[in-house]
Amino acid sequence: MREERSDMSEDDDGGGEEKDSWAPGLGVAGKSRGAPYPLPPPLCDQVLENVIENVLQFLTSRRDRNAVSLVCRSWYRAEAQTRRELFIGNCYAVSPRRAIDRFRCVRSLVLKGKPRFADFGLVPIGWGAHFSPWASAMATGYPWLEKICLKRMSVTDDDLSRLALSFPFFKGLTIICCDGFSTAGLAVFAEKCRHLRLLDLIEDYFEEEEYEVVDWISKFPQTTTSLETLGFDCLPSAVNFEALEALIARSPALRQLRVNHHVTVDQLRRLMVRAPQLTHLGTGSFRSPEEGEGMEHEAHLVSAFAASRSLVSLSGFREVESQFLPAIYPVCSNITFLNFSFAEITAEDLKPVIRHCHNLQNFWVLDTVGDEGLQAVAATCKDLRELRVFPLDATEDSEGFVSDVGLTAISEGCRKLRSILYFCQRMTNKAVLTMSKNCQELVVFRLCIMARHLPDHHTGEPMDEGFGAIVMNCKNLTRLAVSGLLTDKAFGYIGKYGKSIRTLSVAFAGNSDMGLRYVLEGCPKLQKLEIRDSPFGDPALLSGIHHYYNMRFLWMSSCKLSRRGCEDVAQRLPRLVVEVIRDRPEADDEAVEKLYMYRSLVGRRNDAPPFVKIL
Amino acid sequence: MEEEFTRGEGRPRLLDLVPNGRDWGSYAAAEEKKLELRLGLPGGEDWPAGQEKREHPVESVLSLGHISKVPKSTNVNASSGTKRGFLGQVEPKTEAFQQQQLQQPQLGFLQLQAKGRESLQKTSGSAEQQSLEGKGCGPHAAHASSTKNAAVAHTASQSRAAATPVVGWPPVRSFRMNLAGTAAKASAESHNGSSEGAKKLENDRKSLFVKINVDGIPIGRKVDLKAYDSYDKLSLAVDELFRGLMAAQVDPLAPSTRKNSEEKDVLVGLLDGSGEYTLVYEDDEGDRMLVGDVPWDMFVSMAKRLRVLKSSELSASSVSSFFV
Repeated sequence: MREERSDMSEDDDGGGEEKDSWAPGLGVAGKSRGAPYPLPPPLCDQVLENVIENVLQFLTSRRDRNAVSLVCRSWYRAEAQTRRELFIGNCYAVSPRRAIDRFRCVRSLVLKGKPRFADFGLVPIGWGAHFSPWASAMATGYPWLEKICLKRMSVTDDDLSRLALSFPFFKGLTIICCDGFSTAGLAVFAEKCRHLRLLDLIEDYFEEEEYEVVDWISKFPQTTTSLETLGFDCLPSAVNFEALEALIARSPALRQLRVNHHVTVDQLRRLMVRAPQLTHLGTGSFRSPEEGEGMEHEAHLVSAFAASRSLVSLSGFREVESQFLPAIYPVCSNITFLNFSFAEITAEDLKPVIRHCHNLQNFWVLDTVGDEGLQAVAATCKDLRELRVFPLDATEDSEGFVSDVGLTAISEGCRKLRSILYFCQRMTNKAVLTMSKNCQELVVFRLCIMARHLPDHHTGEPMDEGFGAIVMNCKNLTRLAVSGLLTDKAFGYIGKYGKSIRTLSVAFAGNSDMGLRYVLEGCPKLQKLEIRDSPFGDPALLSGIHHYYNMRFLWMSSCKLSRRGCEDVAQRLPRLVVEVIRDRPEADDEAVEKLYMYRSLVGRRNDAPPFVKIL
Repeated sequence: MEEEFTRGEGRPRLLDLVPNGRDWGSYAAAEEKKLELRLGLPGGEDWPAGQEKREHPVESVLSLGHISKVPKSTNVNASSGTKRGFLGQVEPKTEAFQQQQLQQPQLGFLQLQAKGRESLQKTSGSAEQQSLEGKGCGPHAAHASSTKNAAVAHTASQSRAAATPVVGWPPVRSFRMNLAGTAAKASAESHNGSSEGAKKLENDRKSLFVKINVDGIPIGRKVDLKAYDSYDKLSLAVDELFRGLMAAQVDPLAPSTRKNSEEKDVLVGLLDGSGEYTLVYEDDEGDRMLVGDVPWDMFVSMAKRLRVLKSSELSASSVSSFFV
């Protein structure tokens, strides 16, 4: 299953835990808490171990590997020797040292940092998730490292430089939702990393001034490169276009190219001509330059697309001019991923395009296409697996263009839907219920009714029944985000039926502690729980004590927690790091504004800023 | 409007918005147009009543111009001790909505909020106090009573015209928030037939995010100029946005004798030069100008970026000033 780019969602590939199992009392192999590295085994065991190692080469799923490592010491060792990809879902759950000590042969690292709510401004700047300690530890620990994927980390230019200089075999860097680096760092990286195959910048934050921007594209090796993927659609500054064009021309292996919004349609055409073998294309602005002539570009653009026979993924369209949309018709029937989520197009613009997209599996779009546009999608895209509908105007009182009507249409037309993210201003229980019945394969259901506490807009009832139906009918559901007016009843349903749920996002919902208790007591697979602005207090928090070691994290902000309650948890669960984050240092000490707690093998971190208090 | 509140039947105040449907009729009709598209609850986090407002300076909250305290407010409802209060609020809400349904099929629920808001400030204070103290909620009782007014007056300042954004809600990443802004600018530059459409898009744009940086804080934020309709509101919003960061920058060891309720806004006097910081903006030509000299609407169309500078560092050469 294609992994969603910017989410690195663990729901599609059945992603699992970190390297250790946390079942308490498991003294065997899996827990080397401070224990020295196991002694070398006697000879006969050595043979067995070699055999195991050879077998384990084929095991790639980290869940399976975690299970293997628990069998016995021998298998633990063998697995540790053969794990090539290391996934660390919380950079503070383990130290670089421990990771390197256990897994000696890692080639690829995935590292995640800040809690997801940081994307929405809820985590103050400077909270942490610094990549530097990892970069320096790995420079010595993993000289053979080839790939790194970072999400929500603070990455500096120095880190980028170190990466390029420390790892002679480095092949791929993916940076998602990170901050702290600039084009200067990219320049060093591009220049020093001679065998780079992948550089993908996804939704990162840049804070450079105009005069600070560096021409990093020019720094790539002047010889033929090994580049296969180059993505910089989030970069706010323009790149040197001539250099880019030349780079593409000498990168015969290039398959994925995502340019930023400074690239106009004529420039895009030039790039496409250089790289007709592309499979993934981020089209930049998709508008004509100021002084160009529209008509001329159109004709050439069509032929450029017609020549790109391998395209399966299209994105960009940042400032799309609808006259250029027909240019993509030649590739529509081949594409499986179409990202129109920056394109302010209407249903009328969309219909002629979507009509051709029979094979579309992932579709991201702005709500400007309205219910009517979604109906058109439902009519054609029978193979749709993932739909994301983003709001043009992400404010609570904005005019909503999509509603329960669109959702119903999608559920009727796209029965194979597995993942949906839907922003709207009105919704009904009926529509949600219909989706729960029609789309039984749903794994991810994220509905965001933007106005807070909004009930069913037909009946005036809370949205309890709709979400209840989702958890009841969609047996594969692992990720759920709720919104609208919700009482404890909704959480009762989640606790009762949501047995596979791993990630739950709650905002402005619930009546009382019972809501949270239902979830903590009822959802055994829960790993990630993020809650904001809901009336859950200390008793509710304490009701989850039995489960917190099995979770990656719990975030609660603007709830009803007090210091005492959080201290209580911290005391009872020594392996849990309980962070209280304050927006203002002098703020009331007893009330807890933001709670972030997570299990960790290494105790409290030593880089916490002053506004973080670790209990 | 007030009579609806004084009628209070011993229930938490906010619930009494629609004791029976009739009073809504005339008022509702008149307000219908205005409210028609307002599906959101401006600053609705404090709805329903019985909210405690911790960490809120009471004095600033009482000022009408004050914008909803978003990030710091614990948008919490009654604690478990006051469970009844909260629960009590939920049901009547939907009942009221259903009563309303015939008149306002789309908006009854939300209309309650918008309508109730103005009246809240006047009468709910004491009632709220009663309802909260009466419940004897645990650790929060102290907070509730000391900040009783905060919750109420907090809502007072919600103007219909400007929605006060809650931090991080709706949960959309910041570069998506700015979507409207950049697209408008770019399409305004395009031509051949689409310029008409572009202009229209620009005018219809519902939000206009501009970057704002504060001296001394490396990472800036973004504000939506269209969310405000006056300089005062903008100034307060800026104060809100950066208050946490400013305080974090302040030496944590410095003795702080001020309690929350008396805390002075860190960023007051942004507009008149009287405070420690001053708000300036950069127009489309890159010139820096003091905020506040031109009519609000003109400012919104001109401002491309905002900065908060230390007043001491302003000089006649760096800022083009129309005053003095």
